[in-house]
Amino acid sequence: MIIPDLGDITGEPDGSEPWSDALTAAAVFAIDPRGVGGVRLRSAAGPIRDAWFEKLREFLDSDAPLRKVPCQVADARLLGGLDLAATLRAGRPVVETGLLAASDGGILAVQMAERLPPASGALIAAAMDEGAVHLERDGFSLRLLARIAVVLCDEGIEADEQPAAALLDRVGFWIDLSAVTWRQVQAAEAWGALRAAHLQQARAQFASVTVPAPVGEALCAACAALGIDSLRVPLLALRVARAAAALDGLVEVGSVHAAFAARLVIAPRARVLPMPVADDSQAQSDAQQTPEPPEGVQQAAPPEPPPDQDEGEETGAAKEPLAEMVLAAAKAALPPDLLAQLSAGVIRRGAGGSAGRTGLAIRSKRRGRPVGTRRGELRGGARLHVLETLRAAAPWQKLRRHAGPSSPGRRRIEVRREDFRVVRFRQRSQTTVIFLVDASGSAAMHRLAEAKGAVELFLADCYVRRDQVALIAFGGRGAELLLPPTRSLARARRCLAGIPGGGGTPVAAGLRCAAAVADTVRRRGDIPLVVMLTDGKANIALNGDGGRARAGDDAMATARVLRGQRLRSLLVDFSPRPQETAQRLAQELGANYLALPHAHAASLADAVRVACREPG
Amino acid sequence: MTAPTTTGTARPPFPFSAIVAQEEMKLALLAAAVDSSIGGVLVIGDRGTGKSTGVRALAALLPKMRVVTGCPYRCAPDRVAGLCAICQGGPGTGKNKEAPPKSHLADVAVVDLPLGATEDRVAGALDLERALSEGVKAFEPGLLARANRGFLYIDEVNLLEDHLVDLLLDVAASGENIVEREGISIRHPARFVLVGSGNPEEGELRPQLLDRFGLAVEVQTPADIAARVEVVRRRDDFDRDPVAFCQRWEPAEAKLRRQIVAARQRLALVQTPDSALHRAAQLCTKLGTDGLRGELTLIRAARAIAALENVSQVGDAQLRRVAPIALRHRLRRDPLDETGSTARIERALAETFDS
Repeated sequence: MIIPDLGDITGEPDGSEPWSDALTAAAVFAIDPRGVGGVRLRSAAGPIRDAWFEKLREFLDSDAPLRKVPCQVADARLLGGLDLAATLRAGRPVVETGLLAASDGGILAVQMAERLPPASGALIAAAMDEGAVHLERDGFSLRLLARIAVVLCDEGIEADEQPAAALLDRVGFWIDLSAVTWRQVQAAEAWGALRAAHLQQARAQFASVTVPAPVGEALCAACAALGIDSLRVPLLALRVARAAAALDGLVEVGSVHAAFAARLVIAPRARVLPMPVADDSQAQSDAQQTPEPPEGVQQAAPPEPPPDQDEGEETGAAKEPLAEMVLAAAKAALPPDLLAQLSAGVIRRGAGGSAGRTGLAIRSKRRGRPVGTRRGELRGGARLHVLETLRAAAPWQKLRRHAGPSSPGRRRIEVRREDFRVVRFRQRSQTTVIFLVDASGSAAMHRLAEAKGAVELFLADCYVRRDQVALIAFGGRGAELLLPPTRSLARARRCLAGIPGGGGTPVAAGLRCAAAVADTVRRRGDIPLVVMLTDGKANIALNGDGGRARAGDDAMATARVLRGQRLRSLLVDFSPRPQETAQRLAQELGANYLALPHAHAASLADAVRVACREPG
Repeated sequence: MTAPTTTGTARPPFPFSAIVAQEEMKLALLAAAVDSSIGGVLVIGDRGTGKSTGVRALAALLPKMRVVTGCPYRCAPDRVAGLCAICQGGPGTGKNKEAPPKSHLADVAVVDLPLGATEDRVAGALDLERALSEGVKAFEPGLLARANRGFLYIDEVNLLEDHLVDLLLDVAASGENIVEREGISIRHPARFVLVGSGNPEEGELRPQLLDRFGLAVEVQTPADIAARVEVVRRRDDFDRDPVAFCQRWEPAEAKLRRQIVAARQRLALVQTPDSALHRAAQLCTKLGTDGLRGELTLIRAARAIAALENVSQVGDAQLRRVAPIALRHRLRRDPLDETGSTARIERALAETFDS
């Protein structure tokens, strides 16, 4: 649609055909890489992705670098640092340029971007924002130009396998190549022939393309209607529309370009389904009535002419269809499974998804996967990284030979304690199972005995998995943490020896206590799993008063809060017959419900083991 | 040290006065600019809400300050306490203690602590170049030295490496950087306003670090579309021609700058009546904030706002405005309280002031 004869070439009258969209995006991106920020390319590795990159290469300015970055890139390689060999040869510090600075004026293609750690993502994002790298490493303090854009090769399959949020927010296009067929790719082969001269011209013209005010408003309105809060998104959409207009050889952004941006920039990020159109036009007319920003920004004489005042009603009439059209374009391109994902809560979680993952990996001294090195002492079993240690020692050799107390010539290389670099490891975090046991009423003794048995059985093989266990009992007027998280079987036995039973059923208090323990567990970097043993019949409210209704309400309300914290939980119903209250509680809790009428320790321990293995 | 691709001037930051909405963030940053003893600002919020923009904009707004010429730590000529060893006239510096040192006006440093910075560059270390070429042991000041009397800005503060956080905690508390490494033993003043920004979804801050920030601001995308449109429009204008855009906003910037200078002068004159102190204490007790730092910050921030608004004494109005940003991050965590800390403060405010 943007290049008029594209439809003829692909033989596809529909402008939303995915491959032509992807190619148009590549061309638009090549016109203004820094403005568009980048492309998120969701696709498996393969010939189609390679073909896309080939086209991008053709479209780009011939001297713009296009470099691949592996997802496990070290900070030192991204940012740069001391060039050891050159430093030793030259006898003065020589800087080694990192990938970011080396790609100045070009594009970084991050491979398997969904696996890129958030910290590396933040480094790239900072360079994108600044157009430069602040190098404060290894004795250098430099600012190196790094005017880069990125392509995030996203091979994620699950909805929560996503590149770092910092990067996702900064790349304009979100493109999915999974629906593209090889036949379409071949059919569009001739498309590249249009490029060279044409793109050169578009690039030259690009700076003078103007954006009519209603276009910006329509893009903002579309973002708002689809629940996109980041203000980078409408800005990126605006730039995409501008570059698209330049690609068409126009001097002003038209409605097709706005629709194109809505389709490829805004729609893929939708977080809510748009409300009926009436509301949007209402919002639009609101925007029209108050074009001035809120107080506080007006203390200065507004340097810009207030928008649209001279054009008045006319524009208003013309604008509404544009806003509708842009939103319609975005809506038409919404991912088909959006509704399903929204109801499954995947998207909401997606926003914080990386957070979860960050919290789950903890750094350990001895185990796990090595992730770089740091200065450190050889204590507590830390492992020495020989190469990095030598690298740290190298620059000082001359000085040490001058000043050192050791007799010269005896040692080839003088390594001192401050040179030691130890390997850092990252370890998958462990699960802490929090048993929350109903110790009330007549069933107390039986339930508690089985729970204790389960704890012991569970602990018995926990040395293999390094998991921990905690136990909370609730009964009488409140809840008590009987066994703080531990993996010691002996300690567990001692703590569990005398558990009181009987009394009322303060479910809410128990949940509250579990949430507090789970919070501590989480802060330590472990994953909590709550296993609740109850029939769900609460009769003590949070404030300690009796009364079923109030107590039940409190229990349900507390359960909802726990669910909001995305706590994994399992509710085991011990009653002889499955109880409706317990099922409802499980529902509110977002817990798996398991009825075990004649539970004994072994079956309970098995159930918990299964729950542990399920991905959180 | 020469680098292959050092750059010329960076592009100017987005003007502070051109930031649409985000009143709370602007208020906090201005308060910190008026009174540096408030202890820094933490800006937390979602992506694309202009966190970094606000902080970087502040840099251009700050009035110049007088510094001792040639001092690597940018000491103030008129202050006797807190000078570095060189300015105090240590042995062998050849300084005359009686005569005032030479000084000049300089920009207030807003130093970026980039992610991926190494410890040697943050704290300062042996000068590699001189060590290698001359075999001389000389101290090369780091970012903390550069930030003395200025601002230290950490974007994505929650992603900062642990050992750097430890270093910062120590220096931010003592106002002094002590370097003991590579055979160097040196201490120098490092008093700075710590400014951090981050997205809480990507990892939480350690409570100790949280406590080092005087004020905490939550930023959100403006809800109404008109404001959003204005943000996008201004940002786009700025990106297309930063210099012209800044020129257009310069009158507003100059006005704000004068306001800061005036407020700094008025600050000492602003009265803090007992009633205000009492109110602050009441509020903190009600909220159960840990320690006295909350109250102190609350009063100081209220005073700075009074000075900015040219009010002669701290009253309820100022306290109400700064209470959320001064206390939000000091509330004890309750994993089950659904209501956010902001709502808890609002409730306590209503109870304290409306009764």
